[in-house]
Amino acid sequence: MTSRSGRQQRSRRADPGVVPAALALPALVGALFLLVPLAGLLVRAPWRGLGNILADGQVVEALRLSLVCATAATAVALVLGVPLAWVLARAPVRGVSVLRALVTLPLVLPPVVGGVALLLAFGRRGILGAHLDSWFGVTLPFTTAGVIVAETFVAMPFLVVTVEGALRAADRGYEEAAATLGASRLTVFRRVTLPLIGPALVAGAVLCWARALGEFGATITFAGNFPGRTQTMPLAVYLALETDPEAAIALSLVLLVVSVALLAGLRDRWLRAGAAP
Amino acid sequence: MTGLAEGELCLDGRVERAGFTVAVAVTVAPGEVLGVLGPNGAGKTTLLRSLAGLLPLTAGSVRLGATVLDDVATDTFVPAERRPVGLVFQNYRLFPHLSVRDNVGFAARCAGAGRAGSRRLADRELGRFGLGHLAGRRPGQLSGGEAQRVALARALAADPGLLLLDEPLSALDARTRLEVRTELRRHLGRFPGPVLLVTHDPLEAMVLADRLLVLEGGRVVQVGTPADVARRPATDYVARLVGLNLYAGTLAPAAGVVTLDGGGRLAVGAVTAAGGAGRVLVALRPSAISVHMQPPVHASPRNVWAGTVTGLELLADRVRAEVAAAPGGPDALVDLTPAAVADLGLLPGRRVWLSAKATELEVYADTARDALA
Repeated sequence: MTSRSGRQQRSRRADPGVVPAALALPALVGALFLLVPLAGLLVRAPWRGLGNILADGQVVEALRLSLVCATAATAVALVLGVPLAWVLARAPVRGVSVLRALVTLPLVLPPVVGGVALLLAFGRRGILGAHLDSWFGVTLPFTTAGVIVAETFVAMPFLVVTVEGALRAADRGYEEAAATLGASRLTVFRRVTLPLIGPALVAGAVLCWARALGEFGATITFAGNFPGRTQTMPLAVYLALETDPEAAIALSLVLLVVSVALLAGLRDRWLRAGAAP
Repeated sequence: MTGLAEGELCLDGRVERAGFTVAVAVTVAPGEVLGVLGPNGAGKTTLLRSLAGLLPLTAGSVRLGATVLDDVATDTFVPAERRPVGLVFQNYRLFPHLSVRDNVGFAARCAGAGRAGSRRLADRELGRFGLGHLAGRRPGQLSGGEAQRVALARALAADPGLLLLDEPLSALDARTRLEVRTELRRHLGRFPGPVLLVTHDPLEAMVLADRLLVLEGGRVVQVGTPADVARRPATDYVARLVGLNLYAGTLAPAAGVVTLDGGGRLAVGAVTAAGGAGRVLVALRPSAISVHMQPPVHASPRNVWAGTVTGLELLADRVRAEVAAAPGGPDALVDLTPAAVADLGLLPGRRVWLSAKATELEVYADTARDALA
């Protein structure tokens, strides 16, 4: 009796690592669902003609434009987004929580809606765009600058949210220590706060850059699809799919490689380092 | 900076925070070390923060020499970064992303020195502390004692006119503490300005401070020299810290008898120090109490009372017995030698008689009662 119950107990708690079937099955389907399309991309890739396709002038141009615009958008997001994150995390201002919700809206807003909104704001007859045009002769829609504006609009919230979280979690004690040593608030920010949230800052910038690189909806709505001027990689992929599917696959492959490289870099360098302060 | 701010610290102010008030009036002379002693939550850290400029006063003022640092009446407030005040935090707060050298050079850098200049200054300061070999390390690579020394060097490198230390040794293990305490005493002795040292370790306070201020519940309950505080504790908290029995009561000077609030009477002999009748405290050393298994017959000590042993504890070379008194006598802590405990056969639950000579009792006016009320 005792031995049987003992065995039963052993078998029941045989291996805590075993996953119940009710969870294992959907988990497997879920994983396959995410991985199969990527496998499809690899299987159907025109490996032989890859060199020729990617050497094509228009492809190189789209890739160059994508990298330039995503990097410029990240730079703008850093310059504007880090101070914004600081205000959201630290400023003792009423209504900051409302501002935070509004600022992070582009995270959940359909990008096409973002593009339409950008047109209404910065378009030639937009509420700000009209003045930009008449006063400075600056037009943003359907220009490379417009691509950067669209990408910044969509991607900056990623940076703001990441940096704000890090600022909230950061130990204020170091900032106080810096103040007692004579550091002005700006010096504290520059020499203590920023270095301490460095990992989160890099992670936020990388997330922002990746989001900007893949931006499609807002870009095509606000900046159009002009090769060499506003046609970034995602736009080129979409266009190529109708005329030259092999080229679309090859371009997708390039974006996939960039994404995987980013993920690997983030995982090893920053996400883990950021998790353990 | 020092030239401008040289001088005594005058604080007479109040800080109110979420239903808790800290009110302190004290003056600290240049070169004097004031130990601030108190239980957790007494307001010690709040006091330091308000002096450092991290927390504005709700009322009153802080002055350092001729410089007004905070004055609510004239709406003056010098923020932390412009106060000539060095603060050594309890957990040091060394910047983890900077080397020891750049930590110590941080203040110079903020004051406008270049990278090279501030590093030279930091190296000189580190050399003075005998920490030159640590200059290139990150704070994460330091031992507790090293981090404490670096934190002090960093605070002093700013050449402050007032030095504040928040439990500077509490994060260290016992062995390191002894070593660092000796060194800290030397550095504090050399510092020309006033020093406030917050601690809850009585030994630290006795060894490092010239004068003690006891803070309880946001109020000052006692100020005095370490010797004075150790001999005449004003509250139960201080009495426990310095290991004395403390009884509050009312003195009848003619009879030389104190009627204790907790019941019982103690004969205190000729009393002049308490200054007449009224509320007094009676302090009694645990080692000044004798233990008897029978009522003592040769009653030369004038105070004899009965009680029951409730606990025994070994303290280094002696045994501390806790005795709950029978009605008519005060509870007491009694120190005995281990040999005496064996001879008497003391055990928890044993009935004993205690005696104490009237001359062993320290009687003084109860001044803290008003402050705490």
